[in-house]
Amino acid sequence: MIFLDLFLTFFKIGALTFGGGYAMIPLIEAEVLSHGWLELSQLIDFIAVSESTPGPFAINIATFIGAQQAGPFGSVCATLGVVMPSFIIILIVANFYERFKKSKAVSGCMSGLRPAVVGMIASAVLSVAAEVFMPAGFDASVFSDPAIYVSLGIFAVSTFLAFKKLHPIFIVCFSAVAGIVSGFLLA
Amino acid sequence: MNDNKEKNTVSEKLTKSEYVKRLITLFTTFFKIGAFTFGGGYAMIPLIQRETVEKHKWITEEDILDIIAIAESTPGPIAINSATFVGYKTAGFFGAMLATLGVVLPSFCIILLISYVLREFREIKAVQYAFEGIRAGVLALLIKALVSMYKKCPKSPAAYIVMGASFILTAFLNVNFIFVIIGCALFGLITSAMAAKKEGNK
Repeated sequence: MIFLDLFLTFFKIGALTFGGGYAMIPLIEAEVLSHGWLELSQLIDFIAVSESTPGPFAINIATFIGAQQAGPFGSVCATLGVVMPSFIIILIVANFYERFKKSKAVSGCMSGLRPAVVGMIASAVLSVAAEVFMPAGFDASVFSDPAIYVSLGIFAVSTFLAFKKLHPIFIVCFSAVAGIVSGFLLA
Repeated sequence: MNDNKEKNTVSEKLTKSEYVKRLITLFTTFFKIGAFTFGGGYAMIPLIQRETVEKHKWITEEDILDIIAIAESTPGPIAINSATFVGYKTAGFFGAMLATLGVVLPSFCIILLISYVLREFREIKAVQYAFEGIRAGVLALLIKALVSMYKKCPKSPAAYIVMGASFILTAFLNVNFIFVIIGCALFGLITSAMAAKKEGNK
């Protein structure tokens, strides 16, 4: 049943992602792609939509996929699923948080989870990079298509702007305008 | 017990009408926080701090640091973690519920609306070109996130092993994320316990 599937999948995503925000993307990518709910390019597009609308990414993507798959009630199921694990865990931890903060077991697990998240984001970066630069897969013709150079240019400027601490919305706006201009020029 | 004292410190002192009023204020405050922070996550912390510490004085500056520490070491989005925590601290279970509902509702409504237009929107040529550019921009944002996550990470041989292993397992070997997450947490638990034991033997 789609409603239960949405709820359980997003419950899993909510329960297993530490660090919030972009740390969630690797797991969301794996789950959403394996269910066939979105293609990778659509997921990347939605990251941009989420950066340009208010609210946390996890809520945004849960609501979006829920709506696409099963309408407003699907959204409710997916969003409830992604919220529930944090809600329950924080209610429990709030009563013991002095002990939780000092817990050796918690800090021990986190010392493994923090680098694990870095590795997983790196693997998400790799798959996104492949999708951005070679959407049709890799072969020699990739380098004769001007599209890859346009993408590389937009990527280089965006990276520069991102590390200049420009707000993500401006980077989304810049790359959108650059995409439109170069798209019409090439066509 | 210390834990019992921590519980319900605030809500007990309130009369019924004050309690209801506080619940409503919690909801509207977190609704505002949810509606005005773009990108979520850490972007929300300054606004949460201004609203809950400076304006309403529900929690202290120190609590904010606790919230960040707890949000980082519990699963789920930081916005939800902090809304639930602040709501619970200020008005118990129903406080947690209303604060969380408040922070979720704006994104939920906006995205629900967008999901209906986005599909038709994508048919437009200019929008397709825009998204082709945007994808390269998103890659840049992801790399920025990767670098800042890396900076926050402990830099020990064990940490580098975990980083490399989780990268290879997820990128090339298609190992299920659940196993990688549980495995890395256990590895961290064991190595830090071993390190502590070594320290104790000295």
